[in-house]
Amino acid sequence: MDQMYLAIVFLPLLGFLIVGLFGNSLGAKASEYITSGFLVISAVLSWVAFFQVALGDTEAFTVPVLRFIDSGALQADWALRIDTLTVVMLVVVNTVSSLVHIYSIGYMHHDPHRPRFFAYLSLFTFAMLMLVTSNNLVQMFFGWEGVGLASYLLIGFWYQKPSANAAAIKAFVVNRVGDFGFALGIFGVFVLFGSINFDTIFANAATYLPAAAAHGTDAAAQGADAAVAHGDTVLNFLGYHLDKAAAMTVVCLLLFMGAMGKSAQVPLHTWLPDAMEGPTPVSALIHAATMVTAGVFMLARLSPLFELSHSALTVVTFIGALTAFFAATVGLVQNDIKRVIAYSTCSQLGYMFVALGVGAYGAAIFHLFTHAFFKALLFLGSGSVIHAMSDEQDMRKMGGIRKLIPTTYWMMVIGTLALTGVGIPATIIGTAGFFSKDAIIESAFVGHNAVAGLAFALLVVAACFTSFYSWRLIFMTFHGKPRASHDVMHHVHESPPVMLVPLFILAIGALFAGVVFHDYFIGEAYAEFWKKALFTLESNHILHDMHGVPMWVKLSPFVAMLLGLLVSWHFYIRNPQAPVRLAARHHGLYQFLLNKWYFDELYDFLFVRAAKRLGYFLWKKGDGVVIDGLGPDGISAGVIDVTDRVVKLQTGYLYHYAFAMLIGVAALATWMMLGGSF
Amino acid sequence: MTPDLSLSLSLAAPELIIAIGALVLLMIGAFSGERANTTVTGLAVAVLIGAGAWLVLFTGTGEAFGSAFVSDSFARFMKVLTLIGSVVTLIMSVGFAKAEKFDKFEFPVLIMLSTLGMMVMISANNMIALYLGMELQSLALYVVAAINRDSVRSTEAGLKYFVLGALSSGMMLYGISLIYGYTGHVGFAEITNALMGGERQLGLVFGLVFLLAGIAFKISAVPFHMWTPDVYEGAPTPVTAFFAAAPKMAAMALLVRVTVGTFGPVAHDWQQILVFVSIASMVLGAFAAIGQKNIKRLMAYSSIGHMGYALVGLAAANEAGVRGVIIYMTIYLGMTLGTFAFILAMRRRDGNVESISDLAGLSNTNPVMATILTILMFSLAGIPPLAGFWGKWYVFLAAIDAKLYALAVIGVLASVVGAYYYLRIIKIMWFDEPVGGFQPMAGELRLVLGISGAFVLLYMLFMGPLEAVAQTAAKTFF
Repeated sequence: MDQMYLAIVFLPLLGFLIVGLFGNSLGAKASEYITSGFLVISAVLSWVAFFQVALGDTEAFTVPVLRFIDSGALQADWALRIDTLTVVMLVVVNTVSSLVHIYSIGYMHHDPHRPRFFAYLSLFTFAMLMLVTSNNLVQMFFGWEGVGLASYLLIGFWYQKPSANAAAIKAFVVNRVGDFGFALGIFGVFVLFGSINFDTIFANAATYLPAAAAHGTDAAAQGADAAVAHGDTVLNFLGYHLDKAAAMTVVCLLLFMGAMGKSAQVPLHTWLPDAMEGPTPVSALIHAATMVTAGVFMLARLSPLFELSHSALTVVTFIGALTAFFAATVGLVQNDIKRVIAYSTCSQLGYMFVALGVGAYGAAIFHLFTHAFFKALLFLGSGSVIHAMSDEQDMRKMGGIRKLIPTTYWMMVIGTLALTGVGIPATIIGTAGFFSKDAIIESAFVGHNAVAGLAFALLVVAACFTSFYSWRLIFMTFHGKPRASHDVMHHVHESPPVMLVPLFILAIGALFAGVVFHDYFIGEAYAEFWKKALFTLESNHILHDMHGVPMWVKLSPFVAMLLGLLVSWHFYIRNPQAPVRLAARHHGLYQFLLNKWYFDELYDFLFVRAAKRLGYFLWKKGDGVVIDGLGPDGISAGVIDVTDRVVKLQTGYLYHYAFAMLIGVAALATWMMLGGSF
Repeated sequence: MTPDLSLSLSLAAPELIIAIGALVLLMIGAFSGERANTTVTGLAVAVLIGAGAWLVLFTGTGEAFGSAFVSDSFARFMKVLTLIGSVVTLIMSVGFAKAEKFDKFEFPVLIMLSTLGMMVMISANNMIALYLGMELQSLALYVVAAINRDSVRSTEAGLKYFVLGALSSGMMLYGISLIYGYTGHVGFAEITNALMGGERQLGLVFGLVFLLAGIAFKISAVPFHMWTPDVYEGAPTPVTAFFAAAPKMAAMALLVRVTVGTFGPVAHDWQQILVFVSIASMVLGAFAAIGQKNIKRLMAYSSIGHMGYALVGLAAANEAGVRGVIIYMTIYLGMTLGTFAFILAMRRRDGNVESISDLAGLSNTNPVMATILTILMFSLAGIPPLAGFWGKWYVFLAAIDAKLYALAVIGVLASVVGAYYYLRIIKIMWFDEPVGGFQPMAGELRLVLGISGAFVLLYMLFMGPLEAVAQTAAKTFF
């Protein structure tokens, strides 16, 4: 059984190594089959694991792999931590990854560098699997950086395009900001617990219970190291002396900073829309279904820590709600088909963080699970559209292709239905998004922290916007009159089966994942399903409470969704002049949204240009003047100067020579006469 | 014949052999006319080798002629080096003499007389013998420098050397008279005794400064070096080779004997002088050589620099330092003779060339010559594991032992600067466009160049025995 998990994790690595090292000699076909074959095996085994661990009664366990770091108090062995949370992620990652591999065989058909592409995809999958199976924070950081690297390589896959290179660098640099916080958070955890192994951390976390919540859990507190009384300094940060509760908050916020970078939360979201420069299958895999959800996974994994810091969770809720709302507003006006979906992803990640922030970890992971299906479906569907439209991504140049590519159309509609959460309230009839998204909105309503009410309001508004821009995408792309050139329209064709079959599978997930699994993730079977993989305080009743919300709350996302649909229909089917007039009337607001709230311009002004100025200064003054002037170049120039003078001393005149000798003797004699000593 | 005199004569037998041989050869030359050059040169080589053999095999240790003359292991070792320098120079001059109409029989005779003077210098045990040897050596060298009477450059070089040499002799004589005046002795041993326990007398220090200035002139140390580039460039190449080799050995030996031996009790005083002279020589040698276009002139600055490095060891004023000087001079002799063999072989159809740019592309036209010169240049620059590196290693080690850190650091930095012009020659040979090859090398030059290259390259193999011999020689003063 251990071998099965090793196979799940290491088959993608094997594929990467084979194709990465020998891809060019194996040829593109063989490379595709090897990597895709390994991934399909991994995916099937993941489902087996899912049934065994999550749905079956196998207890959580670890699979040791290697000794990794053993230095003083720091011990980090390489092991796979298998519990329900892990197997859920395994299923998500490997299913989407294998489908994307297969889809790419068709989508990348014309690309000359396919072996490299598939090697990167497998490398990414391996790193992501390392991340979700990690047994300690260092191992998680390894996977975390590994997916960052693979993301960088894949965004810049078409390295001939300057915009792709810029986007790759931007993604890497912005993620460094978050990773800086993550690394500090890991250091902080080590200071507090003397270990970075999850088992040790979670076992001792109870001693950091805030005073109010400590009531009733005295037994746990006494059992562990309770010698340090509350109020004592346990961590110094930026000159502040922090007691236990404050230290836990600081550490959680630092860890959350890492999650913000990886999961594109405001204000570290700017890289995600630009990352759409990569090939579309990459966007589906990395920037929709898996890597960007790593932050959500990390917070859920560390729920035993976050659950202890009310303040940190409040911040998480606020950031999540803000991102959900912000990204939805920007999505309203974007014209690039992939950017609309990218902002949608950003927005949906905000939903997940709200769920985490109010303590509904199950709801967050459930949304992560369903979102992976329908968002990957939307991305791969849009890839199919782009493929059909001869690499056109601007929706203003599409339209009227519903009849030409009907399968893709219906797949996109299914994805949109799932994303907008179509379903009949208070029943169990609905798409995947209906279950998971509504669960988050309901949990925000019953959440206890200070911003939960605000979050609820923002999420409902965002649901309306989501519906609007999703249907806008469908209407602009498929309905109305064709706006593409005759030439392009002539070439529009349905994608080959190798691209459509993955869409079908994802469509099944998008339609039925909610109704099948909601009971396990957030419903009656919660305890048997999760088996303590997610930690909640005894005072946390949110999952119970959210089933008892008033009817109007259950109806509100449905109404918002309908409203968005109707407005969209009005704007883009019935009266296409309406949005143009609206944009003209509110020109300022339109520009504000179109330019993404001017985040990029602000960062450019604050950081990029300042850094450039500093770099220019160091280049011209530091390197040019100081290093070249006084360093090697300067010294050699000085040597030549000295040489010229010395050579000039040799005049050829006898009396000069005699004079030099006499001066030499006189100088030496004078020196000795003065009793010279060193 | 008294036993005293016979002992003296036996200790000075090599010198006697050379003296008598020189006079006989002068007769042979004078009576057999112009064409005698080759014969006389051959006989001179034989006499010098015979004297050397006698020196190694039969000469013992002791003082002669009322302790004016001393024979010890240090003297014997340095005399062997001097003789090697003279012999190799004579051998190398044969081909040159034929080609350049340089075939005067006086040349080998003058070389022998000069060598005799050097050997007296090395064995001098009082100020009179010192001056006698020095003058005998110098007078011969003045003539040799100007031996090519038809060349303006050569006569100018000879005249400059003569005037400046006379100046340095005068200074040295003045120094000797001061020393005599303040100690009342001319014998080295007596002077040492007089210095022990006595107060530091300023007049005596002045005498020491003047004496050292005179000797420094002979090893062309800064600031008494000014004659060197002009004489090296102006004199015929075999003469330059001789200047660069044998007299340096003798003068350095004399300097070691005077400082470490005679003036050992006032080591602190002369140490400062040597440190200054050493630093000045190393730095000037390194910087000035960079600007040179003529390879003989470049070798002049190179030898100035190398004398500076040798003085680093002497400035340490300890046994390791003297051993370092001996080893350094040995290695310097090997490298210098090889390099001059190469310079003598820089011949085109229309005569000898001396410009560094003439070496361009030599690796194409004559790869063996280029390879050996590359080895020699690397060695001169002090790149391990070649001989030149070990020479520097010993003297710097001695300086560190004597806590002369600044001296060692400056020396290492100067050798970095100095490496440039050696490496430039290598670059010109291997990477520049060929400008036409040289004529085939004469057999004797080939032999010298080959032996020198092998010595430098394989120095590691006989490093141990050489070190042991140098150790014994250095023990003389401690």
